[in-house]
Parts: sequence; C-alpha cells; structure tokens
Amino acid sequence: MSDILAEGKTTGGGAPSDGLAILESQRSTAETFGIPLAVLAELTHRCPLQCPYCSNPLDLDRGGSELTTEEWKKVLSELAEIGVLQIHFSGGEPTARKDIVELVQHATDVGLYSNLITSAVLLTKEKLSALADAGLCHVQISFQGNEPVVADRVAGLKNSHEKKIEAAKWTRELDLPLTVNAVMHRQNLHQLADIIQMAVDLDADRLEVANVQYYGWALKNRAALMPTIEQIDETSRIVEEASVRLKGILAIDYVVPDYYALRPKKCMGGWGRQFFNISPAGKVLPCHAAESITGLEFESVRSNHSIAWIWQNSEAFNRYRGTGWMPEPCKSCEFKEVDFGGCRCQAFALTGDAGNTDPACTLSPMHEQIFKQAEREAAAHQDRFLYRNFAGGTLETEGEHGA
Amino acid sequence: MAAGRNISVSEASRPKLPRHARLKFDETRKVWVILAPERVLAPDEIAVEVLQLCDGVRSVGDMADQLAAKYAAPREAILTDVIGMLQDLADKGFLTEAREKTP
Repeated sequence: MSDILAEGKTTGGGAPSDGLAILESQRSTAETFGIPLAVLAELTHRCPLQCPYCSNPLDLDRGGSELTTEEWKKVLSELAEIGVLQIHFSGGEPTARKDIVELVQHATDVGLYSNLITSAVLLTKEKLSALADAGLCHVQISFQGNEPVVADRVAGLKNSHEKKIEAAKWTRELDLPLTVNAVMHRQNLHQLADIIQMAVDLDADRLEVANVQYYGWALKNRAALMPTIEQIDETSRIVEEASVRLKGILAIDYVVPDYYALRPKKCMGGWGRQFFNISPAGKVLPCHAAESITGLEFESVRSNHSIAWIWQNSEAFNRYRGTGWMPEPCKSCEFKEVDFGGCRCQAFALTGDAGNTDPACTLSPMHEQIFKQAEREAAAHQDRFLYRNFAGGTLETEGEHGA
Repeated sequence: MAAGRNISVSEASRPKLPRHARLKFDETRKVWVILAPERVLAPDEIAVEVLQLCDGVRSVGDMADQLAAKYAAPREAILTDVIGMLQDLADKGFLTEAREKTP
C-alpha cells in the first residue's frame, strides 16, 4: 500500500511520499499527463476573514465574475467523467456561496469524494448537517492560533476563533472527519504546542502544520510573518515529538518553510503534473498562485475547450511541464525530476522570471540573498499586518497590533 | 478521544472503513483505490479482497475462515497476515471498528 497523493506535504518530517507512479505505471508521465486525482475548486474569493497570508491572488475575482451554480455543476460532472476522484471545495470561503450544499450534493451524485476547506465562521449546525446529508466526506477548518487574542487578530475578525471551535465540535458531533489546518508564522509559532493539543481536544483526525508560503498576500506581509531559524528548528522538534507521541491519535502533516530549506519543494508535485485548480471565474490553473505570473494566458472552463484539453494542451500547462524547459543549474541537476526546479510562482516573484531556478534551492544564484533577507526580516520585528480584502489591503492600525 | 480511533485489531474485531475512507474502483485507471483526506491509496489485490469483507459485521476471525477456505491455505497464517494488514490501515486512520449497536 502506498500513498499516491501527497500534495507536497511530508508526514512526520519524513520525505514526501509520491507513489503516483503506481497509477501511471502503464504510461510514462512524460508522454501523457494523466488527469489529476484531486482538483481544488476555489468557489469564491469572498471571505469574512482577512488573513494576511491568504493564498488567493492580490487581484481577487469579484462576486459577479464567479461561475454560476449550473456552471460549477457542469465542471464537477466533467471532472468525474475524465477521472478526477477528489474535489476540494475551497475559496475564499466556500460556504459564502449560497449553493454550497447543492454543489456538494452534485459532487456526491457524480461520485466525487468531497472535502470542504473552510474558515468555518459562516457555518451553522444546520448548514453543516445539510452538508453531511449531501455526502460531504471531510471537513478542514483553518485556525489562526489556539486562543482568541492572537487568532482573531490574525484573521482580522472578532469572535472568529470562538466560532471555529464551535464549528469543529459540530463537525465531530456529526461524525464527520476533521482536519485542523494551522497556518504558522513568526507571530503564532509560539502557540504550536498548544495548537497541537487543541487539535487533540477537538478530536481532529489530522492536523496540518503549514508554514506560510510566500506568494501574493503573504509575500506582501513577509516582513510581518517570516519566522526566525530558531523558531523553525523548534517547530520541527515539536512536530517530530508530537508525531511520535500521538501516533494513531492525530496524524500530523508538516509543510516546511522553504526560504530556510536547502532544496526547493516539489511544488504542486511538479507544474502540470498532478494537480490543477479552478478559480472562482473558471480559469484552469496549475496552482492557486499561478495567475501571479504575468505573461501566461490561462484557459477558462467557459471557453470552448474541454477541461481535459486544457490540462493536456494549453500553453500555460505545457510551458513548465516536465524538465525540457529548464535552464541551468536545473538542466544538469540530478534532482531535476525530484523537485522539478521548485516553484514557478516563487521563481517569478523573487527573480522576475518564472523559468529560473526557485531561489529556495541552494544552487540558485539568488539563494544566499533570499536566505539573508529572510533572516533580516525575521529579526526586524515589523509586526503590522496588511489585511487581505477587495480594496487592495488595509494596514493594521497601531492599536490592534499591540494585541 | 473518540471511540473507534486508534483501534487494536484482533480476531474478534469487526472492522469497517470510516466515513472518510472510501474504497472505490477507479474506472479511468482500472485500479481499486481508497479515497481519504488529501490522499489516494492504491491497495493491492489481497488488501482489496480483505477490505471488501470489512463491513462492520464480519469479525476478523470470520474473514480468516472465509479466506482459508477459498485459498485452501492454513487459517493461522492467513489470520496473522490479515491482522497485520488491517492494523497497519488502522494505525493510519483508515479503519475503524463497528460500534456496539451495528445498524
């Protein structure tokens, strides 16, 4: 038995497992890119939270541009038909869509395994119960801390922590499996041990300890979020200890911060290799940050192309697929099929060219520079957040930041 | 901590897949898969056969009886293998035990 979908996460600090080959054994991935097993559906960019590390693009899709209920249903049917097995409903806040129950029901009807990735603050027990009845398989709730002072400040929403705790309890009362998703950064890493205990107390099955990845909003807030090396060492120690201690009680997935790594992450399992997501307006993207790369055109489900055609043939997916596009030092690197050159969005954000080696890699000429910059920013204690919103962001007031 | 988590598989256990783990035949790839949060597992043929018996009603002992008869193999060896395989799945959180009142 082997894991065939790890989405770049590592379990218990070990090496990322990727047994994708099992399902692709009949065909070489270099020749035909099999349809991904899981797809992320970003139903909306609307969200009551304003987290400064939001993974949505700076240029958010407005409500009016979102796919309609019928359009999403058609997408779900098409995904199931071409061999996608799992659908992650995300956002923004997916429950901000009035049709969320209808969409989950449709996913169930066409045979998709559904996962709700939610901030949980809009959930009521009735809504959650309706989602369970519609066949929802798994609930993933984001937490910003283990108590309201830090958590509500990071979320930029009062009483959000309390609502999340309540929703997590309903989730387990309804016998739905729960993953606690904790996004970690300099200003909440000191709570990690308590967050792990909170996940155990909430009777969660899984905990994702995800260090912030720096794109879009998080990149804008990097100075306020970047952890110190000491914090990262301590984090790894806490995660390792907890993984052993809680074996069989709580599974912990750990996403390491790559600025301090020696080798880049195998972002998205390789560009266009095992993952795509669909934006609120229907763009089919190699990853949720891909629209930050200017100069790439992304096809829409509203175009006259099928999703399978877009995956296999569109320019954006093929541009950085496989290893043929790589310049040096990736080209002659023995790890080129291990990490596929790291992250294209990060390469673009930090070097201005998405075709460059991800600076998270020690072989990148920029590695030393970004490592030093991370250290400097972590030490500077510039703690004010730029909150995420449709107005281009709002800087935290002095009073709030003292919290 | 909920009952049904961290179970210890024995001959008397009546295991089943929890709600978040779905055994399904993938028509596109022509293989059996277990769908779980953020993961898709590819069980081998034997695992699929055993998992199909995990209905929360049959005990592990019953499964061993059935498999021993089918393959004309020693029951003890099969029981050991089945318990080992199921415990491995249980440790990963992909197997639970039927509650006292089985529906």
